[in-house]
Amino acid sequence: MLDKVLIANRGEIALRILRACKELGIKTVAVHSKADRELMHVRLADEAVCIGPAASAKSYLNIPALISAAEVTDSSAIHPGYGFLSENANFAEQVERSGFTFVGPRAETIRLMGDKVSAINAMKAAGVPTVPGSDGPLPEDDAEIRRIAGRIGYPVIIKAASGGGGRGMRVVRNDDEVAKAASITRSEAAAAFGDGTVYMEKFLENPRHVEIQVLADGQGNAIHLYDRDCSLQRRHQKVLEEAPAPHIDPEARARVLKSCTDACIEINYRGAGTFEFLYEDGEFFFIEMNTRVQVEHPVTEMVTGVDIVKEQLRIACGQPLSIRQQDVELRGHAFECRINAEDARTFMPSPGKINLYHAPGGLGVRMDSHIYTGYSVPPHYDSLIGKLITWGADREIALVRMRNALDELLVEGIKTNIDLQKDLVRDNAFQKGGVNIHYLEKKLGLS
Amino acid sequence: MDIRKVKKLIELLEESNISEIEIQEGEESVRISRHPNGFGAMQQPMVMPQAMAPAAAAPAASGAPASDAAPAQPAGHAVTSPMVGTFYRSPAPGSKAFVEVGQSIKKGDTVCIVEAMKMMNQIEADKDGVIEAILVEDGEPVEFDQPMIIIN
Repeated sequence: MLDKVLIANRGEIALRILRACKELGIKTVAVHSKADRELMHVRLADEAVCIGPAASAKSYLNIPALISAAEVTDSSAIHPGYGFLSENANFAEQVERSGFTFVGPRAETIRLMGDKVSAINAMKAAGVPTVPGSDGPLPEDDAEIRRIAGRIGYPVIIKAASGGGGRGMRVVRNDDEVAKAASITRSEAAAAFGDGTVYMEKFLENPRHVEIQVLADGQGNAIHLYDRDCSLQRRHQKVLEEAPAPHIDPEARARVLKSCTDACIEINYRGAGTFEFLYEDGEFFFIEMNTRVQVEHPVTEMVTGVDIVKEQLRIACGQPLSIRQQDVELRGHAFECRINAEDARTFMPSPGKINLYHAPGGLGVRMDSHIYTGYSVPPHYDSLIGKLITWGADREIALVRMRNALDELLVEGIKTNIDLQKDLVRDNAFQKGGVNIHYLEKKLGLS
Repeated sequence: MDIRKVKKLIELLEESNISEIEIQEGEESVRISRHPNGFGAMQQPMVMPQAMAPAAAAPAASGAPASDAAPAQPAGHAVTSPMVGTFYRSPAPGSKAFVEVGQSIKKGDTVCIVEAMKMMNQIEADKDGVIEAILVEDGEPVEFDQPMIIIN
């Protein structure tokens, strides 16, 4: 097993990684910015190293500082968490070149999936269903662009190849606008991602966001851990997730699950990963793959009993998968409410001191959070301060538990989105299950 | 014996009820005794957050020499480390140190090196003065913003 892991992240996921390391007997190094000295995992880690000032660019995104910290602490591996450098192929490469293990896939896999065009091509070759699209980068020629759009059929969406996660996209509904839209999206992409390559896909009007969790050991073994539904989103940010996805055509699900594990073998995937799909009218369409552990991984852990972060660490130290597909059983249902330090209505961030924190409890209730009474949420980072997860033997019980747990949860001193979550878990359409990715924004528009 | 190891042993001693530790590693050995006057012994790990009762016995000992366990930093202007790395007092192993306590220096003089990823970064004094104290041992790791040298 790995001797010592440097946790190159902060907040709740750093604490999650620390917990997994401790269970495996792995020593922990918590690197942190000046603003994060009081983070819970920093206090619990075996060693703590301040790597830079508050600004992410100079701390959590500072590759030389991270590698230097790994050197002075004699770490064996670096776990990047999610966000920050977790999907930065250069970082993965430099980590490995400096003699440390990167907990994640190989750099070339990260690169393959980071370029959305090459990712789609790889998935197609592996038999994963994709959205009808331009099958490659969009050419510069206006007439060609119109021809491609005509073939796909309006409405279409133009996406940045180096984007992802909802950034760098534009919907076009007719011939008059498409050439201009392509050009604008190109310049935006060049400015934001350093790469102006764009591609086109059919725009699905009312899809759900359903994703598949996989684990692969890079030694020829790959399994899936079933699916999650993350359709409740605001501005492409997930708000409330569940596992498994309700009301899915069983045959379509079985087919897509198999195609994902096949694809893992095909690209020799290593580590934890998530295949993201749009699901509409009983069909799955691949949009992108995330080559890291995700925020919402706990709901999958609750319904499968698999500790995803521990599996990442096992895979990283070269162990083959300890679980076979037939060992993975789906049991019950789970929800996750993201708790953000923001105004529940205006969504304005609300950093500041938490003068009272009380976490809910009881059977089937899990609170993944780094906050504590007296902790000050810094303004420099994203607003996620915790994840409230509930499990139940069926969807109804899990949902009732979530309602009760939200009522017990106390975070005072700052604003949070707890009230919004309380609304959502009482929403009629959401209770029925199967709302699409536009549902939350429409609901918020009306309220 | 690695200075870092010795530092860790001192911290272990301070956090526990042990009065003396002796460790032997091959031909080297070190013995650390608790000072009879109770030098700077930490009573308990740093203040734990009120809402939790963590089971962990002795959490967070800082990997780099932490200033909160040491006696109060001498007064004066601190030259702090601009990065994570290893502190060196001289330009090369065995050569003369850049500065000594009591030495007069000018703004811009190199006072030490912080090595990160095989690159030696010369750290310059940011004001004129006299070296009051050198807080870090040669070859020890330093973290970002850690005070290394005090100038008066």
